[in-house]
Amino acid sequence: MSIAGSVTEPATSTGKSWKAPIGFGFGALVALLVFAFGGPATTAVFRVSDDSDRFRLADIALPANVVGWIVALALIAITVYVYLRVRRGEKINRWAGIAYAVLFVIGFLTWVVGIADRPSISLAGLVAGSVTLAIPLIFGSLSGVLCERVGVVNIAIEGQLLSGAFAAAVAASVSGNVYVGLFAAAFAGVLVSLILAIFSIKYLVNQIIVGVVLNVLVSGLTGFLASTLLSRDSATFNSPPSLPDIRIPLLADIPVIGPILFQQTIVGYLMYVAVIVIWLGLYRTKWGLRVRAVGEHPQAADTMGIKVNATRFWNVLLGGAVAGFGGAFFTLVSVSTFTRDMTAGQGYIALAALIFGRWNPIGAFFAALLFGFATNLRFVLSIIGTDVPSQFLAMLPYIVTILAVAGLVGRSRPPAAGGIPYVKE
Amino acid sequence: MKLELQGITKRFGSLVANDNIDLVVNPGQVHCLLGENGAGKSTLMNVLYGLYEPSDGRILVDGKPVTFRGPGDAMAAGIGMVHQHFMLIPVFTVAENVALGDEHTKAGGILDLDKTRARIREISDRYGFDVDPDALVEDLPVGVQQRVEIIKALVRKAEVLILDEPTAVLTPQETDELIQIIEELKAGGTAIVFISHKLREVKAVSDVITVIRRGAVVGTVEPIASTGELASMMVGRQVSLSLNKAPATPGETTFTVRNLTVPGPGGQNLVDNISFDIAKGEILAVAGVQGNGQTELTEAILGLHPHASGSVQLNGKELLGMKVKDIIREGVGFVPEDRKVDGLVGSFSIAENMILNWYNEPPFAKGLAMKPAVVLKNAKEKVAEFDVRTQSAEAPVSTLSGGNQQKVVLARELSRPLNLFIASQPTRGVDVGSIEFLHKRIIAERDAGTPVMIVSTELDEISELSDRIAVLHGGELMGVVPGDTSRDVLGLMMAGMTAEEALGQDASVPGERSSATDGRRAAGEEER
Repeated sequence: MSIAGSVTEPATSTGKSWKAPIGFGFGALVALLVFAFGGPATTAVFRVSDDSDRFRLADIALPANVVGWIVALALIAITVYVYLRVRRGEKINRWAGIAYAVLFVIGFLTWVVGIADRPSISLAGLVAGSVTLAIPLIFGSLSGVLCERVGVVNIAIEGQLLSGAFAAAVAASVSGNVYVGLFAAAFAGVLVSLILAIFSIKYLVNQIIVGVVLNVLVSGLTGFLASTLLSRDSATFNSPPSLPDIRIPLLADIPVIGPILFQQTIVGYLMYVAVIVIWLGLYRTKWGLRVRAVGEHPQAADTMGIKVNATRFWNVLLGGAVAGFGGAFFTLVSVSTFTRDMTAGQGYIALAALIFGRWNPIGAFFAALLFGFATNLRFVLSIIGTDVPSQFLAMLPYIVTILAVAGLVGRSRPPAAGGIPYVKE
Repeated sequence: MKLELQGITKRFGSLVANDNIDLVVNPGQVHCLLGENGAGKSTLMNVLYGLYEPSDGRILVDGKPVTFRGPGDAMAAGIGMVHQHFMLIPVFTVAENVALGDEHTKAGGILDLDKTRARIREISDRYGFDVDPDALVEDLPVGVQQRVEIIKALVRKAEVLILDEPTAVLTPQETDELIQIIEELKAGGTAIVFISHKLREVKAVSDVITVIRRGAVVGTVEPIASTGELASMMVGRQVSLSLNKAPATPGETTFTVRNLTVPGPGGQNLVDNISFDIAKGEILAVAGVQGNGQTELTEAILGLHPHASGSVQLNGKELLGMKVKDIIREGVGFVPEDRKVDGLVGSFSIAENMILNWYNEPPFAKGLAMKPAVVLKNAKEKVAEFDVRTQSAEAPVSTLSGGNQQKVVLARELSRPLNLFIASQPTRGVDVGSIEFLHKRIIAERDAGTPVMIVSTELDEISELSDRIAVLHGGELMGVVPGDTSRDVLGLMMAGMTAEEALGQDASVPGERSSATDGRRAAGEEER
């Protein structure tokens, strides 16, 4: 971007952007060909409640080809509307984008369930699984929000998650106490952040490079320890107890949303708390005002008597604690052993969620949910026996990530001073 | 509050930016610091504001010595500063910007912006600022942003207000408004330190003038001193402020622009349907407040805007749609407004920078190989011709002063036969001594029969060089007027009036001009 220089920069941003209508049109075409013409003459069933539930609601049964046609036509209509708006040089209504996305997802789900061997899936399971898979992504992207809002690019989310997972497994195993594991996870994340903070803030090393190097370092170090220490005596070092679900009676029985809000581990509940607290903190408190000022215009903050580098330092450490804590999910909630590189690039997906969520905690939360949903869909679809090759399903979360970050973000604005070390002249 | 600086010295390594400076600022007084770019004015103020620690000397507030470890200490002592580049966060509202660093909070650190809003309204009403606390700063015109900066200082109970080059970004009318604000603040007992290199406005506002040259005080004078006297104190030798150029002898019109439009990102046009001509041997000066489409206009002519529409013809040939390289080959010389970003490659030598637009053609290259000896010989000739002050033509161009860098750019652009010469801000950040030289070269190019287009935000420069003046506002052409048009008319046009409206208004209400403008006009007359 900066290589292009200031002369050409205005030129690239001028003129009407046809990105949206073209993207929408492509999606509508896919819907027409696949969902409508390719719609199976079956009925896709979405089970709202399971047999064991206290309250039972009727299942939703959708005739797949009818829904396919309706969705395809609606998408074409939205595309035409968006095309007309752009041609007249008007802004695209954000509700048009949201309606488009929701319709497309409905069309896709109905189609993909319709062509399966057993065209019936549990909606509650789909949603609950998505939230569970999104938990580490959300912690990771909150860490990104805390760091990038203050002007430090945090590529090391992956390393922070992995170090958290490792520390949680070892500490919980050795102490026999899951809560010690949680604490250790946050601490491990802080250690990774400490290196990031020292190198990027004090020694002005390129933040991207430090982040990538940290990820490789944490991967190597935990991999080494896993294959030596942990595998030698896994009973002592690598068999942490699991975090129990805390079920809130009655509320947890609400169909679909009950389990995701009221039947979670402490990590799950704290995820919701973290999203809300960080959002309130950033936008409603003195701390947040200063943090955002430092990330947008550090010189201005400095002239108002705010200690820029100290603010950055503490925020990066806080971000590390949040991501490390999220890493505990892998070994204390998801599975109960640490395996090498078990975060499998989730830290990078968290980074994508941060960008897709426009550097806003709540935006990042929903973006992470979307990615969690895509990942979960892959599992659910392989269970109901779909014709879509499993390799394609495995790609789904990443395709969604690329489309989301490249195509749908539009003109999102990162903190202006992101990635630039602050040096007093 | 009385503020004294005693023997302030600031060294950066071996460079002495401030040398034993004494300064006394009294309440209710406007104290001007006059000096060229790089004379050490801003360094001194950054010392005063706690951004730099002085190497020597002390600061006294009401007779008591104080030490400032940071801007926070300076603000607590009652010193406020409006920086040349505003220290405002564009995506914050006015209230958020004002609150930053001095926030009112409710329980739990929750922001209480209502108190800040009330304070802003109170100050805004008292001085007639007309600032909405909930407006986003990036949506405000620069003049209003500057008032936000002043509010920031006043909310913190500043008794000494430092204004660093406050008029650099303002229209003449906004400058008049600022001068009135300064008068009111002064009447309220605030001490003002006004930093500038513009003689005219310094004479208009100040009670005392301290002139700084090469980091040291050369003298303290009353504002009744003549402009010539001030200029020679500032530069250190006699300078002639007027060029005495011969009247233009325009030949045939070879450069025509018709309906040129450059679309902007938000649907509004950055350059909106502009048409004008330039004849051989005449200078068209483009006036306007910074950011009103001048940059885009020059860039569009040079082919840097792919979405530009309309027509740009040179010697009957359509330039629009051609590649930049081909446009340069058509004999278009271009001095970009920011030489450091677009005009020079800082780490390259002077010799290499001299041939940036000609590097791959004879005599500087043969086939794939460059000819370093020819390049160096060329550079040595140009260094002598353009009086570039340097040890060697092989020194990196970034080691030169602003004025000498600009001479390198001009030397490169003027050292081949031109059919059109465009210079944006040809003397920005250039010392007074070099300005004279650069202006003479531009006039010489005109007299050699080249159509010349100058873009400047400095009215002094515009009236100095122009044969005709085109005024831009919001991307639109307000009109093309003769070179001797009065500053007041130009000011009205820069604020968005067409030439006819501005001339009409200026004739109809001659008595309504503010006293500050009269002062400045008087100063201008004295100059001649």
